[in-house]
Amino acid sequence: MDNIFDDIQKRFEITDIVKQDKNLNFLTCKKELTVSLITHLKNIEGFSHFVLLTAVDWIEDEKFQLTYILNNPDKRIDIGIRTYIDRGTATMDTAHHLWEHVATYQRELKEMFGIDFPGSPRVDEQFILEGWDDIPPYRRDFDTLKYAEETFFPREGRKSNDPAEYMKKKLYPDEEK
Amino acid sequence: MQADRSKYPELDKNGNPIVDLSSQKYTKIWQGPNHPGVTGNMSLELTLSGDEIVEAKTHVGYLHRGFEKLMERRLYIQCFPTCIRMCVPEADSNEYVLAASIENLTDIEIPEKALWLRTLVLEMARLQVLLRTVPGQASTLSLGLGGQWGMYLRDLILDRFEELTGGRIYHMFIIPGGVRGHLPDGFKERMEENLKGIEEFVGKIENLIFNNSIFKKRTVGVGVIDPSWVSKYGIVGPNARAAGFNRDVRKDYPYLKYKELDFEPLVATDSDIYTRNVIRKHDLITTVDLIRQILAKIPEKGDIRATTPNVLHWEIPKGETYQRSESSRGEYGMYMVSDGSKYPRRINLRGPSYTHAVSLLEKMLINANIADVHSIMVSLQTCPPEIER
Repeated sequence: MDNIFDDIQKRFEITDIVKQDKNLNFLTCKKELTVSLITHLKNIEGFSHFVLLTAVDWIEDEKFQLTYILNNPDKRIDIGIRTYIDRGTATMDTAHHLWEHVATYQRELKEMFGIDFPGSPRVDEQFILEGWDDIPPYRRDFDTLKYAEETFFPREGRKSNDPAEYMKKKLYPDEEK
Repeated sequence: MQADRSKYPELDKNGNPIVDLSSQKYTKIWQGPNHPGVTGNMSLELTLSGDEIVEAKTHVGYLHRGFEKLMERRLYIQCFPTCIRMCVPEADSNEYVLAASIENLTDIEIPEKALWLRTLVLEMARLQVLLRTVPGQASTLSLGLGGQWGMYLRDLILDRFEELTGGRIYHMFIIPGGVRGHLPDGFKERMEENLKGIEEFVGKIENLIFNNSIFKKRTVGVGVIDPSWVSKYGIVGPNARAAGFNRDVRKDYPYLKYKELDFEPLVATDSDIYTRNVIRKHDLITTVDLIRQILAKIPEKGDIRATTPNVLHWEIPKGETYQRSESSRGEYGMYMVSDGSKYPRRINLRGPSYTHAVSLLEKMLINANIADVHSIMVSLQTCPPEIER
Protein backbone atom coordinates (compact mmCIF):
# COMPACT_ATOMS: atom_id res chain seq x y z
CA MET A 1 0.00 0.00 0.00
CA ASP A 2 2.86 2.40 0.87
CA ASN A 3 4.36 1.92 -2.62
CA ILE A 4 1.11 3.06 -4.17
CA PHE A 5 1.04 6.15 -1.96
CA ASP A 6 4.65 7.05 -2.76
CA ASP A 7 3.82 6.97 -6.43
CA ILE A 8 0.49 8.82 -6.42
CA GLN A 9 1.55 11.36 -3.79
CA LYS A 10 3.98 12.93 -6.27
CA ARG A 11 1.77 12.71 -9.32
CA PHE A 12 -1.58 13.75 -7.87
CA GLU A 13 -0.67 15.97 -4.90
CA ILE A 14 -2.62 13.88 -2.41
CA THR A 15 -2.82 14.93 1.24
CA ASP A 16 -4.41 13.88 4.57
CA ILE A 17 -3.67 10.15 4.28
CA VAL A 18 -5.44 8.28 7.06
CA LYS A 19 -4.82 4.57 7.63
CA GLN A 20 -8.21 3.62 9.04
CA ASP A 21 -7.75 -0.12 8.95
CA LYS A 22 -5.31 -2.77 7.81
CA ASN A 23 -6.77 -2.68 4.30
CA LEU A 24 -8.52 0.70 4.26
CA ASN A 25 -6.97 4.10 3.65
CA PHE A 26 -8.48 7.52 3.02
CA LEU A 27 -6.79 10.39 1.24
CA THR A 28 -7.66 13.82 -0.10
CA CYS A 29 -7.16 14.88 -3.71
CA LYS A 30 -7.75 18.18 -5.51
CA LYS A 31 -10.98 18.40 -7.46
CA GLU A 32 -9.21 18.88 -10.80
CA LEU A 33 -7.04 15.78 -10.35
CA THR A 34 -9.58 13.40 -8.81
CA VAL A 35 -10.90 11.72 -11.97
CA SER A 36 -7.32 11.34 -13.26
CA LEU A 37 -6.32 9.74 -9.95
CA ILE A 38 -9.27 7.34 -10.12
CA THR A 39 -8.38 6.46 -13.72
CA HIS A 40 -4.76 5.81 -12.67
CA LEU A 41 -5.80 3.63 -9.75
CA LYS A 42 -8.16 1.65 -11.97
CA ASN A 43 -5.90 1.18 -14.98
CA ILE A 44 -2.44 0.98 -13.39
CA GLU A 45 -2.88 -0.08 -9.76
CA GLY A 46 -5.65 -2.66 -10.22
CA PHE A 47 -8.46 -0.95 -8.32
CA SER A 48 -11.02 -2.46 -10.67
CA HIS A 49 -13.99 -2.62 -8.27
CA PHE A 50 -15.85 0.66 -7.81
CA VAL A 51 -17.52 0.35 -4.40
CA LEU A 52 -19.42 3.60 -3.97
CA LEU A 53 -19.60 7.35 -4.48
CA THR A 54 -21.33 9.57 -1.99
CA ALA A 55 -21.30 13.11 -0.60
CA VAL A 56 -21.01 14.70 2.83
CA ASP A 57 -22.39 18.20 3.34
CA TRP A 58 -19.97 20.34 5.39
CA ILE A 59 -22.33 23.29 5.41
CA GLU A 60 -20.28 25.18 8.00
CA ASP A 61 -17.31 25.24 5.59
CA GLU A 62 -19.50 25.89 2.51
CA LYS A 63 -18.16 22.67 0.98
CA PHE A 64 -19.31 19.25 -0.19
CA GLN A 65 -17.01 16.31 0.36
CA LEU A 66 -17.24 13.67 -2.35
CA THR A 67 -15.97 10.24 -1.35
CA TYR A 68 -15.09 7.60 -3.95
CA ILE A 69 -14.27 4.17 -2.53
CA LEU A 70 -12.26 1.88 -4.79
CA ASN A 71 -11.26 -1.71 -4.18
CA ASN A 72 -8.42 -3.82 -5.49
CA PRO A 73 -9.86 -7.38 -5.50
CA ASP A 74 -6.47 -9.04 -6.05
CA LYS A 75 -4.55 -7.24 -3.31
CA ARG A 76 -7.71 -6.90 -1.19
CA ILE A 77 -7.24 -3.28 -0.30
CA ASP A 78 -9.54 -0.24 -0.36
CA ILE A 79 -8.85 3.41 -0.96
CA GLY A 80 -11.32 6.16 -0.09
CA ILE A 81 -10.66 9.29 -2.13
CA ARG A 82 -12.02 12.53 -0.69
CA THR A 83 -12.36 15.64 -2.74
CA TYR A 84 -13.93 18.92 -1.74
CA ILE A 85 -16.08 21.04 -4.02
CA ASP A 86 -17.64 24.43 -3.54
CA ARG A 87 -21.13 24.13 -2.12
CA GLY A 88 -22.44 27.07 -4.13
CA THR A 89 -21.51 25.90 -7.62
CA ALA A 90 -21.63 22.17 -6.70
CA THR A 91 -20.19 20.77 -9.93
CA MET A 92 -17.81 17.85 -10.39
CA ASP A 93 -16.22 16.09 -13.35
CA THR A 94 -18.02 12.92 -14.35
CA ALA A 95 -16.42 9.47 -14.00
CA HIS A 96 -19.17 7.49 -15.75
CA HIS A 97 -16.80 6.45 -18.53
CA LEU A 98 -14.80 4.32 -16.07
CA TRP A 99 -17.62 2.12 -14.69
CA GLU A 100 -21.22 1.85 -15.87
CA HIS A 101 -22.77 2.12 -12.39
CA VAL A 102 -21.00 5.41 -11.59
CA ALA A 103 -23.70 7.17 -13.63
CA THR A 104 -26.34 5.92 -11.15
CA TYR A 105 -24.42 7.30 -8.17
CA GLN A 106 -23.98 10.64 -9.95
CA ARG A 107 -27.66 10.77 -10.84
CA GLU A 108 -28.57 10.19 -7.20
CA LEU A 109 -26.15 12.89 -6.02
CA LYS A 110 -27.68 15.39 -8.46
CA GLU A 111 -31.13 14.69 -7.09
CA MET A 112 -30.32 14.39 -3.38
CA PHE A 113 -27.51 16.95 -2.96
CA GLY A 114 -27.86 19.09 -6.10
CA ILE A 115 -24.30 18.23 -7.23
CA ASP A 116 -24.06 18.35 -11.01
CA PHE A 117 -21.91 16.02 -13.14
CA PRO A 118 -22.11 17.54 -16.64
CA GLY A 119 -22.08 14.88 -19.36
CA SER A 120 -23.16 12.01 -17.10
CA PRO A 121 -25.94 9.93 -18.76
CA ARG A 122 -29.49 10.67 -17.52
CA VAL A 123 -28.09 12.87 -14.76
CA ASP A 124 -31.11 15.17 -14.90
CA GLU A 125 -33.71 12.38 -14.83
CA GLN A 126 -35.58 11.79 -11.59
CA PHE A 127 -34.17 8.80 -9.73
CA ILE A 128 -35.91 8.36 -6.39
CA LEU A 129 -38.05 11.45 -5.87
CA GLU A 130 -41.07 12.36 -7.98
CA GLY A 131 -42.10 15.92 -8.68
CA TRP A 132 -39.70 17.32 -6.06
CA ASP A 133 -39.71 21.14 -5.98
CA ASP A 134 -37.83 21.92 -2.74
CA ILE A 135 -34.07 22.19 -2.17
CA PRO A 136 -32.23 18.85 -2.57
CA PRO A 137 -33.33 16.92 0.51
CA TYR A 138 -29.99 15.48 1.65
CA ARG A 139 -28.44 18.93 2.08
CA ARG A 140 -27.98 19.83 5.74
CA ASP A 141 -30.15 22.94 5.46
CA PHE A 142 -33.18 20.91 4.36
CA ASP A 143 -35.37 20.61 7.46
CA THR A 144 -37.16 17.26 7.36
CA LEU A 145 -39.40 18.10 10.31
CA LYS A 146 -40.56 21.42 8.84
CA TYR A 147 -41.16 19.74 5.46
CA ALA A 148 -43.20 16.96 7.05
CA GLU A 149 -45.30 19.41 9.08
CA GLU A 150 -46.03 21.54 6.01
CA THR A 151 -46.65 18.68 3.61
CA PHE A 152 -48.47 15.97 5.48
CA PHE A 153 -51.75 15.96 7.37
CA PRO A 154 -51.10 16.07 11.11
CA ARG A 155 -52.24 13.08 13.12
CA GLU A 156 -53.33 13.26 16.71
CA GLY A 157 -51.09 10.46 17.80
CA ARG A 158 -51.76 7.69 20.25
CA LYS A 159 -53.64 8.40 23.49
CA SER A 160 -52.68 6.58 26.64
CA ASN A 161 -54.91 6.03 29.64
CA ASP A 162 -54.45 4.76 33.13
CA PRO A 163 -56.09 1.30 32.82
CA ALA A 164 -57.74 1.45 36.27
CA GLU A 165 -59.24 4.89 35.71
CA TYR A 166 -60.28 4.08 32.15
CA MET A 167 -62.12 0.89 33.07
CA LYS A 168 -63.75 2.56 36.04
CA LYS A 169 -65.17 5.25 33.77
CA LYS A 170 -66.26 2.65 31.22
CA LEU A 171 -67.89 0.24 33.66
CA TYR A 172 -69.30 2.65 36.22
CA PRO A 173 -69.99 5.91 34.36
CA ASP A 174 -72.55 7.01 36.95
CA GLU A 175 -70.25 6.68 39.93
CA GLU A 176 -68.50 9.98 39.32
CA LYS A 177 -71.73 11.89 39.11
CA MET B 1 -33.11 -18.72 -32.53
CA GLN B 2 -31.26 -15.46 -33.04
CA ALA B 3 -33.53 -12.46 -33.54
CA ASP B 4 -33.12 -10.39 -36.70
CA ARG B 5 -31.59 -7.18 -35.44
CA SER B 6 -30.98 -5.72 -38.89
CA LYS B 7 -34.07 -3.47 -38.88
CA TYR B 8 -35.20 -2.93 -35.32
CA PRO B 9 -34.32 -0.95 -33.42
CA GLU B 10 -32.37 1.68 -35.26
CA LEU B 11 -29.52 2.97 -33.15
CA ASP B 12 -28.27 6.53 -32.75
CA LYS B 13 -24.57 7.43 -32.87
CA ASN B 14 -24.22 6.54 -29.15
CA GLY B 15 -25.69 3.08 -29.69
CA ASN B 16 -29.00 3.92 -28.01
CA PRO B 17 -32.21 2.72 -29.72
CA ILE B 18 -34.27 5.31 -31.60
CA VAL B 19 -37.75 4.49 -30.45
CA ASP B 20 -40.64 6.15 -32.25
CA LEU B 21 -43.78 4.85 -30.58
CA SER B 22 -46.00 6.36 -33.30
CA SER B 23 -44.35 4.06 -35.87
CA GLN B 24 -46.32 1.19 -34.25
CA LYS B 25 -43.19 -0.95 -34.29
CA TYR B 26 -42.77 -0.56 -30.56
CA THR B 27 -44.89 -0.86 -27.45
CA LYS B 28 -44.11 0.66 -24.09
CA ILE B 29 -45.33 -1.10 -20.97
CA TRP B 30 -44.75 -0.79 -17.24
CA GLN B 31 -44.05 -3.78 -15.06
CA GLY B 32 -44.53 -3.03 -11.39
CA PRO B 33 -44.34 -1.55 -8.83
CA ASN B 34 -45.94 -4.70 -7.42
CA HIS B 35 -43.83 -7.22 -9.16
CA PRO B 36 -43.38 -10.99 -9.07
CA GLY B 37 -39.65 -10.54 -9.53
CA VAL B 38 -38.69 -8.67 -6.38
CA THR B 39 -39.28 -8.56 -2.64
CA GLY B 40 -40.40 -4.94 -2.64
CA ASN B 41 -41.71 -2.29 -4.98
CA MET B 42 -39.90 -1.38 -8.14
CA SER B 43 -41.04 -0.60 -11.67
CA LEU B 44 -39.57 -1.36 -15.03
CA GLU B 45 -40.34 0.81 -18.03
CA LEU B 46 -39.99 -1.57 -20.94
CA THR B 47 -40.00 -0.79 -24.63
CA LEU B 48 -40.86 -3.81 -26.70
CA SER B 49 -40.52 -4.81 -30.30
CA GLY B 50 -42.93 -7.74 -30.48
CA ASP B 51 -42.15 -9.65 -27.30
CA GLU B 52 -38.50 -8.61 -27.22
CA ILE B 53 -37.23 -5.80 -25.06
CA VAL B 54 -35.29 -3.08 -26.84
CA GLU B 55 -34.96 -0.69 -23.92
CA ALA B 56 -35.44 -1.00 -20.15
CA LYS B 57 -35.39 1.59 -17.41
CA THR B 58 -35.54 0.88 -13.70
CA HIS B 59 -37.76 3.16 -11.62
CA VAL B 60 -37.40 3.18 -7.86
CA GLY B 61 -38.60 5.46 -5.08
CA TYR B 62 -41.74 3.65 -3.94
CA LEU B 63 -40.09 2.73 -0.62
CA HIS B 64 -37.97 5.83 -0.09
CA ARG B 65 -38.18 7.10 3.48
CA GLY B 66 -34.89 8.98 3.61
CA PHE B 67 -33.27 6.61 6.11
CA GLU B 68 -29.78 8.01 5.57
CA LYS B 69 -31.02 11.55 6.22
CA LEU B 70 -33.11 10.46 9.22
CA MET B 71 -30.07 8.85 10.83
CA GLU B 72 -28.24 12.19 10.78
CA ARG B 73 -30.76 13.38 13.39
CA ARG B 74 -30.54 10.32 15.61
CA LEU B 75 -28.15 9.10 18.29
CA TYR B 76 -26.00 6.22 17.08
CA ILE B 77 -27.99 3.69 19.08
CA GLN B 78 -31.24 5.08 17.64
CA CYS B 79 -29.94 4.36 14.13
CA PHE B 80 -30.34 0.62 14.64
CA PRO B 81 -34.15 0.42 14.29
CA THR B 82 -33.87 2.68 11.22
CA CYS B 83 -31.00 1.01 9.39
CA ILE B 84 -32.36 -2.54 9.64
CA ARG B 85 -35.24 -1.49 7.40
CA MET B 86 -32.87 -0.76 4.52
CA CYS B 87 -33.22 -4.38 3.42
CA VAL B 88 -36.14 -6.12 5.07
CA PRO B 89 -35.47 -9.76 4.09
CA GLU B 90 -31.95 -9.70 5.50
CA ALA B 91 -31.96 -7.09 8.24
CA ASP B 92 -29.02 -8.52 10.18
CA SER B 93 -26.38 -7.44 7.64
CA ASN B 94 -27.53 -3.85 8.23
CA GLU B 95 -27.12 -4.03 11.99
CA TYR B 96 -23.76 -5.75 11.67
CA VAL B 97 -22.22 -3.13 9.34
CA LEU B 98 -23.61 -0.31 11.50
CA ALA B 99 -22.18 -1.82 14.70
CA ALA B 100 -18.89 -2.65 12.96
CA SER B 101 -18.56 0.95 11.69
CA ILE B 102 -19.09 2.39 15.18
CA GLU B 103 -16.63 -0.11 16.65
CA ASN B 104 -14.05 0.64 13.96
CA LEU B 105 -14.18 4.35 14.76
CA THR B 106 -14.01 3.75 18.52
CA ASP B 107 -11.53 0.82 18.62
CA ILE B 108 -13.76 -1.35 20.76
CA GLU B 109 -12.76 -4.98 21.13
CA ILE B 110 -15.63 -7.43 20.97
CA PRO B 111 -15.72 -10.43 23.36
CA GLU B 112 -15.05 -13.85 21.84
CA LYS B 113 -18.51 -15.25 22.53
CA ALA B 114 -20.21 -12.21 21.00
CA LEU B 115 -18.18 -12.69 17.81
CA TRP B 116 -19.44 -16.26 17.53
CA LEU B 117 -23.03 -15.23 18.22
CA ARG B 118 -22.83 -12.50 15.57
CA THR B 119 -21.49 -15.03 13.05
CA LEU B 120 -24.37 -17.35 13.94
CA VAL B 121 -26.98 -14.64 13.44
CA LEU B 122 -25.55 -13.61 10.07
CA GLU B 123 -25.55 -17.22 8.85
CA MET B 124 -29.09 -17.79 10.13
CA ALA B 125 -30.12 -14.67 8.20
CA ARG B 126 -28.47 -16.01 5.05
CA LEU B 127 -30.21 -19.36 5.55
CA GLN B 128 -33.71 -17.90 5.83
CA VAL B 129 -33.14 -15.71 2.77
CA LEU B 130 -31.86 -18.60 0.65
CA LEU B 131 -34.77 -20.80 1.71
CA ARG B 132 -36.98 -18.23 0.08
CA THR B 133 -34.79 -17.28 -2.89
CA VAL B 134 -33.72 -20.67 -4.28
CA PRO B 135 -37.19 -22.24 -4.55
CA GLY B 136 -38.59 -18.75 -5.19
CA GLN B 137 -36.85 -18.78 -8.55
CA ALA B 138 -38.99 -21.77 -9.55
CA SER B 139 -42.10 -19.98 -8.26
CA THR B 140 -41.54 -17.22 -10.83
CA LEU B 141 -42.08 -19.93 -13.44
CA SER B 142 -45.29 -21.14 -11.73
CA LEU B 143 -43.53 -24.05 -10.06
CA GLY B 144 -44.90 -23.04 -6.68
CA LEU B 145 -44.50 -26.18 -4.57
CA GLY B 146 -40.82 -25.64 -3.79
CA GLY B 147 -41.51 -22.03 -2.86
CA GLN B 148 -44.20 -22.96 -0.36
CA TRP B 149 -42.06 -25.70 1.12
CA GLY B 150 -39.13 -23.31 1.44
CA MET B 151 -41.32 -20.70 3.16
CA TYR B 152 -42.39 -23.30 5.73
CA LEU B 153 -38.76 -24.16 6.53
CA ARG B 154 -37.88 -20.46 6.62
CA ASP B 155 -40.62 -19.98 9.17
CA LEU B 156 -38.93 -22.54 11.42
CA ILE B 157 -35.70 -20.54 11.23
CA LEU B 158 -37.69 -17.44 12.14
CA ASP B 159 -38.88 -19.39 15.22
CA ARG B 160 -35.23 -19.84 16.19
CA PHE B 161 -34.65 -16.13 15.61
CA GLU B 162 -37.62 -15.36 17.84
CA GLU B 163 -36.32 -17.41 20.73
CA LEU B 164 -32.80 -16.03 20.36
CA THR B 165 -33.58 -12.36 19.75
CA GLY B 166 -37.27 -11.79 20.50
CA GLY B 167 -38.03 -10.79 16.90
CA ARG B 168 -38.81 -12.71 13.74
CA ILE B 169 -37.87 -10.26 10.94
CA TYR B 170 -36.12 -7.36 12.68
CA HIS B 171 -33.83 -8.54 15.45
CA MET B 172 -31.57 -5.70 16.63
CA PHE B 173 -29.54 -8.42 18.31
CA ILE B 174 -26.18 -7.02 17.24
CA ILE B 175 -25.41 -3.83 19.15
CA PRO B 176 -22.24 -1.75 19.50
CA GLY B 177 -19.82 -3.75 21.64
CA GLY B 178 -21.42 -7.16 21.22
CA VAL B 179 -24.83 -8.80 21.19
CA ARG B 180 -27.95 -8.65 23.36
CA GLY B 181 -28.21 -12.19 24.68
CA HIS B 182 -26.95 -15.75 25.13
CA LEU B 183 -28.19 -18.88 23.39
CA PRO B 184 -31.41 -20.14 25.02
CA ASP B 185 -31.43 -23.60 26.61
CA GLY B 186 -32.05 -26.33 24.05
CA PHE B 187 -31.43 -23.97 21.12
CA LYS B 188 -28.75 -26.17 19.57
CA GLU B 189 -30.98 -29.25 19.57
CA ARG B 190 -33.94 -27.42 18.05
CA MET B 191 -31.71 -25.84 15.41
CA GLU B 192 -30.22 -29.24 14.55
CA GLU B 193 -33.72 -30.59 13.97
CA ASN B 194 -34.44 -27.70 11.59
CA LEU B 195 -31.15 -28.19 9.76
CA LYS B 196 -31.94 -31.87 9.14
CA GLY B 197 -35.27 -30.83 7.62
CA ILE B 198 -33.51 -28.34 5.38
CA GLU B 199 -31.00 -30.95 4.21
CA GLU B 200 -33.85 -33.24 3.27
CA PHE B 201 -35.46 -30.32 1.41
CA VAL B 202 -32.27 -29.60 -0.55
CA GLY B 203 -32.21 -33.23 -1.69
CA LYS B 204 -35.82 -33.03 -2.82
CA ILE B 205 -35.52 -29.77 -4.76
CA GLU B 206 -32.74 -31.35 -6.80
CA ASN B 207 -35.41 -33.35 -8.62
CA LEU B 208 -38.32 -30.99 -8.07
CA ILE B 209 -36.55 -27.91 -9.45
CA PHE B 210 -33.04 -28.41 -10.77
CA ASN B 211 -33.78 -31.54 -12.84
CA ASN B 212 -37.17 -30.23 -13.93
CA SER B 213 -37.23 -29.92 -17.73
CA ILE B 214 -39.40 -26.78 -17.75
CA PHE B 215 -37.18 -25.08 -15.18
CA LYS B 216 -34.10 -25.95 -17.21
CA LYS B 217 -35.66 -24.79 -20.47
CA ARG B 218 -36.55 -21.42 -18.94
CA THR B 219 -33.27 -20.81 -17.12
CA VAL B 220 -30.37 -22.46 -18.97
CA GLY B 221 -28.77 -19.94 -21.31
CA VAL B 222 -31.19 -17.20 -20.24
CA GLY B 223 -30.14 -13.98 -18.50
CA VAL B 224 -26.43 -14.47 -19.12
CA ILE B 225 -24.00 -12.08 -17.42
CA ASP B 226 -20.89 -11.62 -19.53
CA PRO B 227 -17.77 -12.01 -17.34
CA SER B 228 -16.46 -8.67 -18.66
CA TRP B 229 -19.43 -6.97 -16.99
CA VAL B 230 -18.43 -8.02 -13.46
CA SER B 231 -16.00 -5.16 -12.95
CA LYS B 232 -17.79 -2.80 -15.33
CA TYR B 233 -21.10 -3.01 -13.44
CA GLY B 234 -19.79 -3.67 -9.92
CA ILE B 235 -21.26 -7.17 -9.73
CA VAL B 236 -20.71 -8.99 -6.42
CA GLY B 237 -21.66 -12.15 -4.51
CA PRO B 238 -23.33 -15.17 -6.15
CA ASN B 239 -23.91 -13.23 -9.38
CA ALA B 240 -20.14 -12.69 -9.72
CA ARG B 241 -19.31 -16.24 -8.61
CA ALA B 242 -21.62 -17.65 -11.30
CA ALA B 243 -19.58 -15.67 -13.85
CA GLY B 244 -16.29 -17.20 -12.74
CA PHE B 245 -15.12 -14.63 -10.16
CA ASN B 246 -14.38 -15.99 -6.71
CA ARG B 247 -15.71 -13.07 -4.68
CA ASP B 248 -16.85 -13.62 -1.11
CA VAL B 249 -16.23 -11.05 1.63
CA ARG B 250 -16.16 -13.85 4.23
CA LYS B 251 -13.10 -15.32 2.49
CA ASP B 252 -11.47 -12.21 1.02
CA TYR B 253 -11.75 -9.94 4.09
CA PRO B 254 -12.43 -12.38 6.95
CA TYR B 255 -14.48 -10.71 9.67
CA LEU B 256 -16.04 -12.03 12.88
CA LYS B 257 -15.14 -15.76 13.10
CA TYR B 258 -15.15 -16.73 9.43
CA LYS B 259 -11.40 -17.36 9.45
CA GLU B 260 -11.94 -20.22 11.89
CA LEU B 261 -14.65 -21.84 9.81
CA ASP B 262 -14.12 -24.37 7.06
CA PHE B 263 -16.03 -23.56 3.86
CA GLU B 264 -15.44 -23.00 0.18
CA PRO B 265 -17.76 -20.87 -1.98
CA LEU B 266 -18.72 -22.43 -5.31
CA VAL B 267 -17.56 -20.75 -8.51
CA ALA B 268 -19.00 -21.52 -11.94
CA THR B 269 -18.75 -20.06 -15.42
CA ASP B 270 -22.04 -20.47 -17.29
CA SER B 271 -23.41 -17.32 -15.67
CA ASP B 272 -27.07 -17.85 -16.58
CA ILE B 273 -30.15 -17.97 -14.34
CA TYR B 274 -29.71 -21.71 -13.76
CA THR B 275 -26.06 -21.37 -12.72
CA ARG B 276 -26.80 -18.51 -10.31
CA ASN B 277 -29.35 -20.75 -8.63
CA VAL B 278 -26.92 -23.67 -8.47
CA ILE B 279 -24.50 -21.28 -6.71
CA ARG B 280 -27.23 -20.25 -4.24
CA LYS B 281 -28.21 -23.88 -3.61
CA HIS B 282 -24.57 -24.59 -2.79
CA ASP B 283 -24.59 -21.52 -0.50
CA LEU B 284 -27.63 -23.00 1.24
CA ILE B 285 -25.82 -26.29 1.88
CA THR B 286 -22.70 -24.38 3.00
CA THR B 287 -24.73 -22.26 5.42
CA VAL B 288 -26.28 -25.33 7.03
CA ASP B 289 -22.78 -26.69 7.55
CA LEU B 290 -21.49 -23.36 8.84
CA ILE B 291 -24.28 -23.11 11.43
CA ARG B 292 -23.34 -26.59 12.69
CA GLN B 293 -19.68 -25.56 12.91
CA ILE B 294 -20.56 -22.35 14.74
CA LEU B 295 -22.85 -24.05 17.25
CA ALA B 296 -20.11 -26.56 18.01
CA LYS B 297 -17.58 -23.81 18.62
CA ILE B 298 -19.56 -21.18 20.54
CA PRO B 299 -18.06 -20.97 24.04
CA GLU B 300 -20.46 -21.94 26.81
CA LYS B 301 -19.34 -19.08 29.03
CA GLY B 302 -18.04 -15.60 28.48
CA ASP B 303 -19.03 -11.98 28.10
CA ILE B 304 -21.31 -11.04 25.26
CA ARG B 305 -20.78 -7.30 25.38
CA ALA B 306 -17.79 -5.02 25.80
CA THR B 307 -18.05 -2.03 28.09
CA THR B 308 -19.12 1.04 26.14
CA PRO B 309 -19.95 4.59 27.20
CA ASN B 310 -23.58 5.44 27.95
CA VAL B 311 -25.19 5.16 24.53
CA LEU B 312 -27.35 8.22 25.16
CA HIS B 313 -24.27 10.43 25.55
CA TRP B 314 -21.81 8.57 23.34
CA GLU B 315 -19.71 10.88 21.16
CA ILE B 316 -17.99 8.92 18.41
CA PRO B 317 -14.47 10.21 17.55
CA LYS B 318 -14.12 12.23 14.38
CA GLY B 319 -13.30 10.08 11.35
CA GLU B 320 -14.67 7.96 8.56
CA THR B 321 -14.77 4.28 7.74
CA TYR B 322 -16.14 1.69 5.36
CA GLN B 323 -17.16 -1.71 6.71
CA ARG B 324 -18.45 -4.61 4.65
CA SER B 325 -20.02 -8.02 5.12
CA GLU B 326 -21.16 -10.77 2.76
CA SER B 327 -24.94 -10.81 2.59
CA SER B 328 -26.76 -13.52 0.66
CA ARG B 329 -26.68 -11.12 -2.32
CA GLY B 330 -23.00 -10.19 -2.03
CA GLU B 331 -20.96 -7.32 -0.63
CA TYR B 332 -23.00 -5.23 1.75
CA GLY B 333 -21.17 -2.18 3.03
CA MET B 334 -21.59 0.97 5.05
CA TYR B 335 -19.67 4.23 4.78
CA MET B 336 -19.87 6.27 7.97
CA VAL B 337 -18.57 9.76 8.72
CA SER B 338 -18.43 11.11 12.26
CA ASP B 339 -17.82 14.76 13.12
CA GLY B 340 -17.13 13.91 16.76
CA SER B 341 -20.69 14.52 17.96
CA LYS B 342 -23.40 12.21 19.26
CA TYR B 343 -25.00 12.02 15.81
CA PRO B 344 -23.57 10.52 12.60
CA ARG B 345 -22.58 13.17 10.10
CA ARG B 346 -23.28 10.84 7.18
CA ILE B 347 -24.18 7.21 6.70
CA ASN B 348 -24.27 5.69 3.24
CA LEU B 349 -25.23 2.14 2.49
CA ARG B 350 -23.83 0.12 -0.40
CA GLY B 351 -26.28 -2.66 -1.21
CA PRO B 352 -25.71 -5.11 -4.07
CA SER B 353 -29.06 -4.24 -5.69
CA TYR B 354 -27.91 -0.66 -6.27
CA THR B 355 -25.83 -1.88 -9.17
CA HIS B 356 -27.51 -5.23 -9.94
CA ALA B 357 -31.04 -3.90 -10.34
CA VAL B 358 -30.32 -0.58 -12.03
CA SER B 359 -27.43 -0.39 -14.49
CA LEU B 360 -26.91 -4.17 -14.81
CA LEU B 361 -30.59 -5.10 -15.12
CA GLU B 362 -31.16 -2.36 -17.71
CA LYS B 363 -28.32 -3.86 -19.74
CA MET B 364 -29.38 -7.51 -19.26
CA LEU B 365 -32.96 -6.94 -20.32
CA ILE B 366 -32.06 -5.68 -23.78
CA ASN B 367 -32.99 -8.44 -26.28
CA ALA B 368 -34.59 -10.47 -23.47
CA ASN B 369 -38.07 -11.89 -23.90
CA ILE B 370 -40.83 -10.19 -21.90
CA ALA B 371 -41.67 -13.56 -20.29
CA ASP B 372 -38.17 -13.83 -18.80
CA VAL B 373 -38.06 -10.45 -17.06
CA HIS B 374 -39.19 -11.63 -13.62
CA SER B 375 -36.90 -14.68 -13.74
CA ILE B 376 -33.93 -12.47 -14.51
CA MET B 377 -34.84 -10.10 -11.68
CA VAL B 378 -35.15 -12.93 -9.14
CA SER B 379 -31.89 -14.44 -10.33
CA LEU B 380 -30.17 -11.14 -9.47
CA GLN B 381 -31.82 -11.27 -6.02
CA THR B 382 -33.12 -7.73 -6.22
CA CYS B 383 -33.97 -5.92 -2.97
CA PRO B 384 -35.36 -2.43 -3.86
CA PRO B 385 -35.21 -0.83 -0.37
CA GLU B 386 -31.42 -0.91 -0.43
CA ILE B 387 -31.41 1.06 -3.70
CA GLU B 388 -33.44 4.03 -2.47
CA ARG B 389 -32.73 3.81 1.27
